[in-house]
Amino acid sequence: MSKAKLKPEEIIGKIDYKPEKKDWLNPSVEFRRGVFNYGGVPKSVEYLKQPNPRKWEPTDNDWQLPENWKQIILEGLKDRLHKFRSLRIFMDICVRCGACADKCHYFIGSGDPKNMPVVRAELLRSIYRNDFTLAGKILGKFAGARELTVDVIKEWFYYFFQCTQCRRCSVFCPYGIDNAEITILVRELLNLIGVNIDWIITPVANSFRTGNHLGIQPHGFKDSIDFAVNELESITGIKVDAPINKKGAEILFIAPSADYFGTPHYYTLLGYLALFHEVGLDYTWSTYASEGGNFGSFISHDLMKSLNAKMYAEAKRLGVKWILGGECGHMWRVINQYMDTMNGPADFLEVPVSPITGTKFENTRSTKMVHICEFTADLIKNNKIKLDKNRNNHRRITFHDSCNPARAMGLIEEPRYIIKNACNYFFEMPENTIKEQTFCCGSGAGLGTDENFEMRMRGGLPRANAVKYVKEKNGVNFLGCICAIDKATLPPLMDYWVGGVDVGGIHELVGNALIMKGEKERTTDLRGEPMEGHLDA
Amino acid sequence: MNILFSLIAVLVLIAVAIIGAGTIRLDFIFGIIIPYAAITTFIIGIVSQVIKWAKSPVPYRIPTVAGQQKSLPWIKNSKLENPSTTLGVIGRMALEILFFRTLFRNTKTELNNGSKLVYGSNKYLWLGAIIFHWSLLIIFLRHFRIFMEPIPSFVLALQNLDGFFQIGVPVLYVTDVLISVALLYLLFRRIIDPKLRYLSLASDYFPLFLILSIVTTGILMRYFDRVDLVKVKELAVGLFSFHPAVPEGIGILFYIHLFLVSTLIAYIPFSKLLHMPGIFLSPTRNLANNNRSKRHVNPWNYPVSVHTYAEYEDEFREKMKDVGLPVEKE
Repeated sequence: MSKAKLKPEEIIGKIDYKPEKKDWLNPSVEFRRGVFNYGGVPKSVEYLKQPNPRKWEPTDNDWQLPENWKQIILEGLKDRLHKFRSLRIFMDICVRCGACADKCHYFIGSGDPKNMPVVRAELLRSIYRNDFTLAGKILGKFAGARELTVDVIKEWFYYFFQCTQCRRCSVFCPYGIDNAEITILVRELLNLIGVNIDWIITPVANSFRTGNHLGIQPHGFKDSIDFAVNELESITGIKVDAPINKKGAEILFIAPSADYFGTPHYYTLLGYLALFHEVGLDYTWSTYASEGGNFGSFISHDLMKSLNAKMYAEAKRLGVKWILGGECGHMWRVINQYMDTMNGPADFLEVPVSPITGTKFENTRSTKMVHICEFTADLIKNNKIKLDKNRNNHRRITFHDSCNPARAMGLIEEPRYIIKNACNYFFEMPENTIKEQTFCCGSGAGLGTDENFEMRMRGGLPRANAVKYVKEKNGVNFLGCICAIDKATLPPLMDYWVGGVDVGGIHELVGNALIMKGEKERTTDLRGEPMEGHLDA
Repeated sequence: MNILFSLIAVLVLIAVAIIGAGTIRLDFIFGIIIPYAAITTFIIGIVSQVIKWAKSPVPYRIPTVAGQQKSLPWIKNSKLENPSTTLGVIGRMALEILFFRTLFRNTKTELNNGSKLVYGSNKYLWLGAIIFHWSLLIIFLRHFRIFMEPIPSFVLALQNLDGFFQIGVPVLYVTDVLISVALLYLLFRRIIDPKLRYLSLASDYFPLFLILSIVTTGILMRYFDRVDLVKVKELAVGLFSFHPAVPEGIGILFYIHLFLVSTLIAYIPFSKLLHMPGIFLSPTRNLANNNRSKRHVNPWNYPVSVHTYAEYEDEFREKMKDVGLPVEKE
């Protein structure tokens, strides 16, 4: 793989926030190894019946676009202007005040001026002006208008796949202009002419067919869960029940697929299993809806909807009362902001009530889907589980707010409440880097590939820098998070920039601390590592 | 280049006014036709723009939230930063429109010693913006003493407040000073900060130069080269009551001022100055984050292709049976 050869010290001294005096209206892109993603393979594009399947790479001179590519893009843009008020407003009202300019992790890590959110959006806005506004038609370049060319398409590809849809800029924009929305729509336009990346389109194809990104088939899923059950038994001495595709269960549980196939996600899975057993939850996993994540949301509203449809469909088939969702970032943006609108109403489900505490989750009255952190926080508040904080004494924890739960939901205090009840040592990173101002891991929205390694490390710099700060100040050695992409991409980021910091989920910490009835004396945490200091009182 | 273009454009406008109203004395055109045309353009332009926006639906509820959601009753919900009710949204929008809440949040990112990222508070843009916009509003309202007879009492009150310090004759309006300083700040930051200079277009400098020229001519007329206010009022009241007439002998400075104002008004619907009505319709700010408790309907929601459970089971049935997973069809 083409891992970046750049060392941290080769990046860090050379980031400059003072762009040259250059006219951004001239499209120019250099596809250098380490800073872009490979194009979608024809097999996946064909399977999903998406346009223009072919073998291609961004470094190719000729991208083999359809002959009428320009017409397709302009008509696609026109169509979306009629369908999305957001797009129209965001195209018309930006005043280029520059408040967003230094808020983007990709700009902070690269100094590339076209990664200032405003300029990234201008890459589309300039085309909009040229073809859809009077001022642009008359004044042209002086109104910031330019013609759509193949080079513009290449520039779009480069920069709109250097946006992780984290929405940090939107928090700082005085008009709330949301670059994630613009990015989704530009990626949608690019997809119309077959320009997409493999790390998105192939997981989407897998998810469509097998129910999850990794393409794990039902028997593989079962294997994986069985293995986890056994592993949990060897740690706790308790054999838990983990029903799969069980009709008539009260609750359907859906987690991101990485939880049962990736590390360190896996320890979070052990945490879920232990917790559900301990509170005696009547629930089921599903192999058909075995993915919480939704890579469709990284490329088009249609594909997002298509993948998301499985959640309600499976809840209906299994006859559950409501759905519980695991630790995942963009999954929760989709559930919170799109699911009910796209695939609801879920009138066949009931308003979620915790069978253990009796709490009615009024905030999920319509969607009928509860976040695991809301569920667990409620258990703790009602004293339904016993947690031995000392079992996490070997962890000095800080919490990374994942972009989507923080800025698309406002799920901020629930995970903190859980951490504080499961751990003795918790330290916040500086306030400009957490909660609604949190920084992206640098690899979200489908950009977490090996070939994109340098750009990911650059994009993750602000997050890593804040972790480094609390590591030096408070001896932090564990970065907690509630997102599967975080769990996959923060470990290499920590190794690259910080060192000596483990990454893991909140329910891993819960699983460590959870006192289970009849358990054997725990000698290790869920990772099989010694729990140093857990007997200190 | 962009700066120069905008500056020249404004100078040309001034020249047009000087030549038109001053040299060839087209008083009727500059005093009546152009202002009416400008107002008409403004109204038609804004209305059609807002209709255009309103015609595009809001398919999804996508607020960007900046605080704790309303979830469990014992967790404090941030009612204004993450509103879950209409009242909360009104509060959030009011804070945004009246006090520029978001700009107040602004920070400045610096890379110290090439390796430590630091985020400092940065309220200058907020300060410049809020001074400019509030001064502009007050100055606009003060002008009603020229448009209306009798002068409304709120205008007189505002005028007294604005001239509170009683400096000089005629009394110095605080807003005249403030708006000038704020505009110069907003202009210079674009020129001095390399990031802003990179991203600024001619259409960013043009309104600044235009409004600066309007302010300058206004100040000149009030404090230095006074125009005959009685005649100006005669013209203005005439325009407002649809009995327009141009009195003789109003100074050229006034016509420049009026022409630039007309240009600004007519320019709004075709430019970024649309942010004024646009902010009200921004879907990330004007929607409540009650997505999971109240269903949002997308008017163009259409079916997409899905992979049904039946299709899935057909493909994997044997494998499922082999490991003991329940199936629908044996």
